[in-house]
Amino acid sequence: MNGKMIKQYGRWLVVSLGLLCAPLAGADELIMVRVHSTFPETMTTLQEVIRKQGYTVSRVQRVDVGLTKTGYKTAEYRVVFFGKPKEIDELPSRYPKLAAYLPLKVTVIAERDETLLVSLNPILLGDFFLQPELKKTFAAWEKAVRNILDRVRMEEEGLIK
Amino acid sequence: MLRGHNLMYRILLLVVIAGLVQPVQAAVDGARLYTQNCAACHGAKGAGGVGVPLSLHDFLDSISDEYLRKTIRLGRPGRVMPAFRMLSDDDVNAIVQHIRSWGHKPERVHTAPVFSAQSVKGDALRGKALFAKNCASCHGANGEGGAGTGVTMSRPRNLPILAPALNNPGFLAAASDEMIKATLMKGRDNTPMASFLKQGLSEQDINDVVAYVRAYERSSGAKTAEVLTSESAVIVRESPYSVEETVANLKSTILGNNFRLIRIQPLDQGFVDKGKENKSRIMVYSCNFNFLNEALKVDPRVGLFLPCRVTVMEHKGKVLVMTVNPKRLSAIFNNSELNRLCEEMSKIYVEMLEEAVL
Ligand code: HEC
Ligand code: HEC
Repeated sequence: MNGKMIKQYGRWLVVSLGLLCAPLAGADELIMVRVHSTFPETMTTLQEVIRKQGYTVSRVQRVDVGLTKTGYKTAEYRVVFFGKPKEIDELPSRYPKLAAYLPLKVTVIAERDETLLVSLNPILLGDFFLQPELKKTFAAWEKAVRNILDRVRMEEEGLIK
Repeated sequence: MLRGHNLMYRILLLVVIAGLVQPVQAAVDGARLYTQNCAACHGAKGAGGVGVPLSLHDFLDSISDEYLRKTIRLGRPGRVMPAFRMLSDDDVNAIVQHIRSWGHKPERVHTAPVFSAQSVKGDALRGKALFAKNCASCHGANGEGGAGTGVTMSRPRNLPILAPALNNPGFLAAASDEMIKATLMKGRDNTPMASFLKQGLSEQDINDVVAYVRAYERSSGAKTAEVLTSESAVIVRESPYSVEETVANLKSTILGNNFRLIRIQPLDQGFVDKGKENKSRIMVYSCNFNFLNEALKVDPRVGLFLPCRVTVMEHKGKVLVMTVNPKRLSAIFNNSELNRLCEEMSKIYVEMLEEAVL
C-alpha cells in the first residue's frame, strides 16, 4: 500500500465507520413488499391472506377518497386494519399505551399496475414497550406480517395458491 | 496522525479476521435477495418506484461494482435508501451480479466499468459557482437532492426521476471522483441527467465541479443525513373528563383546528359482534388533507401513520388520551425531509390532546 492508497482507503474507512455507528434506520423497521398485481386484486388477496393467517380484518380505510374529494390527485391508497379479537381486547388492559398502536395495519399504495404494501415492523414495538413478556407477542406479529406480505406477493406471482 | 494509523491497522486486522472466520456459503441467489430487499422500492426489474431506477443501461455503464457494493452497505442516511448491514459479503455480491444482468443487450455483453481511485484535481471554488448555475436547480443549492422519492407515480412532480443527494455521506463514500466525473462527462440517457460536455462545460469546468462535490465531505453533518431522535413512542395525557366528554372535546378541537373529522369508533369495532363493542375505548380519526397531501408527496410510506388517530380509553379509573409520536417514528423512514413534517405532526397532536383535556 502506498501513502496515497492508505489515505484513500483510510478516508473511506473513516467515513464508513462513521456511517455504521450513526443512529440511522436499519433496513428492517418497515416491512415493504411490491406486488405484481393491480390495486383491486391485491386488496382482495391481502384481506383473504390476513384471514388465512388467523387474523380478523376490522376495517379498510379509503384514504384516497378523502384526498380526491378535497381536490388532490392521487392513486389508490388504503389502510387495512387487522388483529386478533382476544389481543385487541386484552392487551390494552395490561399495556394501555400499546392501544395507540392497535389495531395492526398495512398500507396499500398503487404504483401503476403494481401495488406496494407497507407495514411497521411490529418487532420495533419491543423498543417502545419494554415488558419482557411482550417480546413473544411482537415476534409473532412480525412473523405474521412478513408471512402475510410474502404470501400476497407470491400468490399474485402464481408461485403459490 | 500516528494514532490514526494505529487505529486503521487495527481495523484492517479486524476486517481480515472477519474475512477468515466467515463460513463458506453455498452460491447465493441474487434474484431472490434482490426481491426480498430491494424490489419494493426499486421495482421488480429495477424500473424504480420509491427508489430510483437501477436498470437503465446508461446508469449501469457509468457505475462500478464497488459503488453498488458500498451503496448497499452504507445506504443514504436521511434519503430513504437504507443501509443493509445484515447482508453477508456473498449476499451483496450476488445482488450486484443480479443488477448487472440487466445491463446486457442482445448485441453486446455488459461489463462493469472500473474507475481509478485517483482524486480529480479541480478548483472547488470555481466549481461552486458552476454548480449553482448548472446543477442546483435539480440537485439543490447545497447538493441536498431533489424533493420526494424515486420516480413519479401518482403525484405530479417536476422531474420524472428524483435527483439524488450529492452531499450525502453514503453517496460520497461510495462514489469515486472519477466515477462522478464520468457521469458528468457522459450524462445518463433516458434520465434528466445530461452530459455536461454537450451542455458546453469544458473538462476543466467538470473537474472543478467534481472538486466542489467532493468538498461536501468536509462540511460534515449534511442536513439531509439528520435523523430525529426523541423521547417516548406514545404521546399521552390524562383527562379529567369521562370518555364520552373527552371524545366530545376532541371533536370540537379537531374541527377548530381545520381538521376534518373522519370517524369515531370503538377500538374493537370489527373484532366483536355489532352492539358488543367496548364503549370505554374509542378511536377518533381525523385528517387535514392539505397536510396529508404534502406528506404523501414527500414520501408515500408516511401514510402508515395517517389519517390522524387519537385513542381515548379508560384505564384503572383514569381516562387516557393518546396518539403515536410521529417524532419518534420519523427515524424508521430514513427520510430527513419527513423530519419537519413529523415534528409538526407531533406538535399538532400535543396541542389537540392538551386542548381536549383542558
Ligand atoms: C435536469 C436536472 C438535473 C441537472 C441540471 C443535473 N442533474 Fe445530476 N442527476 C439528475 C438525475 C435525475 C439523476 C439520477 C439519474 C439516474 O436515475 O441514474 C442525476 C444523477 C447525478 C449523479 C449520479 C448520482 C447518483 O447517486 O447516481 C451525479 C454525480 C450528478 N447527477 C451530478 C450532477 C452535477 C454535478 C450537475 C451539474 C453539473 C448535475 N448533476 C445536473 C438530474 C440533474
Ligand atoms: C426504502 C426504499 C429503498 C430500498 C428498500 C432500497 N433502496 Fe436503493 N435507493 C432508494 C432511494 C430513494 C435512492 C435515491 C437516494 C437519493 O436520492 O439520494 C436509492 C439509491 C440507490 C442506489 C444509487 C442509485 C444511483 O443513481 O446512483 C443504488 C445503487 C441502490 N439504491 C441500490 C439498492 C439495492 C441493491 C437495494 C437492496 C439491497 C436497495 N437499493 C434498497 C430507496 C431504496
